[in-house]
Amino acid sequence: MKIGKKIDRSLFIMLLPAIFVLLCLFIYPFIFGLYLSFTTKDGTYTLANYIRFFSDQWEYRTIWITLYISLPVTLICVGLSIPLAYYMRRGIKSERMITFFLIIPLTLGTVLVSQGMLTFLGPKGWVNQFLMFIGIVKDPIQFTHNMLGVILSVVIQNFPYSFLMLLGYISGISPDLEKASQMLGASKSQTFWKIMFPIMAPGVAITFCLNFVMAFSVYPSAVLLGQPSGPTRVIAYAAYQWAFEKYDQNMGSTISVIMGVIELIVIALVLSWRSHLQKGASIVGKG
Amino acid sequence: MNTKKFKLSNFFFTLTIIFYVANVMGILFTVILNSFGKNWFTGIIPQAYTVDWYKYAANEHDILHLLGVTFFVVIVLVVVSLLVAYPAAYVMARKEFKFKGPIMALFFLPMLIPPMTYGIPLATLLLRIRIPNLLAVILANLVPIIPFMILILTPFIEQVGEGLESAARMLGASRLTIFAKILIPLTKPGILTAGILSVVKAISAFDLTFLIAKGSSMTLVVALYSDAFAAGARPMQAIDALAVIYFGITMTCLLIALKFVNPTQMVFKIK
Repeated sequence: MKIGKKIDRSLFIMLLPAIFVLLCLFIYPFIFGLYLSFTTKDGTYTLANYIRFFSDQWEYRTIWITLYISLPVTLICVGLSIPLAYYMRRGIKSERMITFFLIIPLTLGTVLVSQGMLTFLGPKGWVNQFLMFIGIVKDPIQFTHNMLGVILSVVIQNFPYSFLMLLGYISGISPDLEKASQMLGASKSQTFWKIMFPIMAPGVAITFCLNFVMAFSVYPSAVLLGQPSGPTRVIAYAAYQWAFEKYDQNMGSTISVIMGVIELIVIALVLSWRSHLQKGASIVGKG
Repeated sequence: MNTKKFKLSNFFFTLTIIFYVANVMGILFTVILNSFGKNWFTGIIPQAYTVDWYKYAANEHDILHLLGVTFFVVIVLVVVSLLVAYPAAYVMARKEFKFKGPIMALFFLPMLIPPMTYGIPLATLLLRIRIPNLLAVILANLVPIIPFMILILTPFIEQVGEGLESAARMLGASRLTIFAKILIPLTKPGILTAGILSVVKAISAFDLTFLIAKGSSMTLVVALYSDAFAAGARPMQAIDALAVIYFGITMTCLLIALKFVNPTQMVFKIK
């Protein structure tokens, strides 16, 4: 019994630094942020910050702007990833090379990609030159400093994540299920929709949630490629402005909290859709 | 047979991938060419070339200091994280205990929640207490990196059979000896993987450093953003020059990392 206790204690000590760091630098600031959001500068409890956010159209429209960016982006990324990952599920010849090329934007980070897009998609950039060259358009298309540029940028950056995650999930589904289904006479489309997709659904849901959360907190793309002072003022930018430009950290924290809550709401919705889908799939199985 | 259908999906797949890769390469090459171009008003490539922009960028930023800060932050970050994460990963890999669930949640939450969401309160807190700015930058970045490392190290430690440890303990080795002489050498690939992936992640870490760093404790990527943001103040080519320097460093680390780990694994890990 004594030995048991000794081992427990040294285990605890080994976990301690990690727990301590995360408690101090993650949990505590989180609570502190909540506290700040519910108080004014001198410390009195109030809902004024939240009221201010929701009664100022300039502020609360950031929610819609950010959703307008993040939802399509996530839908595109996940939507494109599913067929592509499904196609690659049994591995293809150039898999390593493809994943290498996909890793590049991931590693480069948002700043480089956004900033590069300013030139690449700019009025004199290669894309516009190409489009004008083949005659699709006469004048350069405005890809940058607007909503379109921001969406494109976030899609480019998030696509590798969603693709590689889904590839991992789908590769993990046993190929026997497919073979069995086809042996029993199901067409490829039936196999996909009635068997593979319900099995993939948890993976798809998780990928969607993680991608959405990433897209919703977009910052450098929206600022560099959009118009942060207007149409593409995203919620992260609003939080930043209040906390560090106007020095109102209470408002800044308030907006962060709202950001987190919205992310949680969307995640909850996606997960409940998924469990609804599972119930549906089992009923279909009976018929 | 199915040959016709097969060709169609083949085509669609290849087209999409090529389209995507072409765009990414296009963006990269635009940046690279622009940084070397004297002027580039029309046409596919710049009319004249120069390295002046690099000199400009280097001077404007005291590039040696910038690189020094970046590498210092990254290395300290990775070393400290390894020291903290390795014991934690060991416990998570080996033992079951009552609070494992909540503790696992504690470790993985920072990886699921994007830095911008928790960054503002964190930055507020760190800036309020009077510590050197550089220290604040390092502390903040520990939050995403430590869980990341735990995630990577755990499977590597799990692979080392517990029998080896038991045998060592029966022969009288202290826990410290077991760690030093058995676990660490056997998990060296894991430590290297975790270390290099974290270096890549740390160099490109923007959100948290951006919120905290002031003046001289900026890292390369934050300096790049500041340049790009104050777009009018600097010529695009100089910004691109700095971008190429950043890209060169990141790419080098990435290539080194890929020698140790399969790209597909990297996503789960980088996330």
